[in-house]
Amino acid sequence: MKAKVFVMPKRSVLDPQGVAVREAIHHHGLGSVKSARVGKLIELELDGSESEAQLHELCRDLLSNPVIEDYELSVEK
Amino acid sequence: MKAAVIRFPGSNCDQDCVLALRELGVETEFVWHKEESVAAYDLIVLPGGFSYGDYLRCGAIARFSPVMRSVVQEAERGKFVLGICNGFQILCEAHLLPGALVRNRDLHFRCEHVRVRVENFTTPWTNAAVTGSVLNLPIAHGEGSYVADAATIRDLTRQRQILLRYCDANGATTAAANPNGSVENIAGICNAARNVFGLMPHPERACDARLGSVDGRVIFDSILAELALRKTA
Repeated sequence: MKAKVFVMPKRSVLDPQGVAVREAIHHHGLGSVKSARVGKLIELELDGSESEAQLHELCRDLLSNPVIEDYELSVEK
Repeated sequence: MKAAVIRFPGSNCDQDCVLALRELGVETEFVWHKEESVAAYDLIVLPGGFSYGDYLRCGAIARFSPVMRSVVQEAERGKFVLGICNGFQILCEAHLLPGALVRNRDLHFRCEHVRVRVENFTTPWTNAAVTGSVLNLPIAHGEGSYVADAATIRDLTRQRQILLRYCDANGATTAAANPNGSVENIAGICNAARNVFGLMPHPERACDARLGSVDGRVIFDSILAELALRKTA
């Protein structure tokens, strides 16, 4: 069993990395790209004994910082 | 009076902190992050560096080091805890201070001397200063942009927890004097109880005239005066 955790900077928090990537995309020649945002993807291998609540707690306490980031948890059976 | 400087894997300002405190006459010990208790110390310092290689987020993994349980416990009991640079990031991750520190506005690692203005001299960390005094302190960070939501900033302001703001040589907190894009030029904050203080600049690197500034002593002189006062009370 696997879980994927997507962590993205909150919309309200400036993402200078995303801005730099967007600029590079423009220099690469694709000026039509309006924005880029950089987050992370964390893959977890589970044995199935973890409750969804435990995984959400993990996401909130360790894998993301709710002050600056949002996360999305997806569990693949 | 005894001070502890915590060493996490990746701390690199621990020596500077110990040296600065010992030069000021404080009995100071290195404490490895696997220690279970810091109850024996009057002052606990979380130094700068790159604990755990800044993996995941700055300070995110150090926060779960064994010693941190005791640091949080001692902080809740009113013990003085100082977090410098990476130490500030760890204090935010541990929820001992509100907000968070993110990538500098311009993505550059900024390593230079800056000016910060003391916003409140009535705290244990700033009593040796006068409000409005401008300190010359070095910074060295890539992720020092302080962020918090509007309600948190309002609370910090109302309770006068913002202790340092980046400013120019005249004390004006301009956008140009803000090295990293911190909200409202915030360089250092304390908790509501005033016993936990975090700042991005390095006062320990500004305690010897040979290093270009002795303004960092204002922070150490303040807390040492406060501790001395408590010992005699």
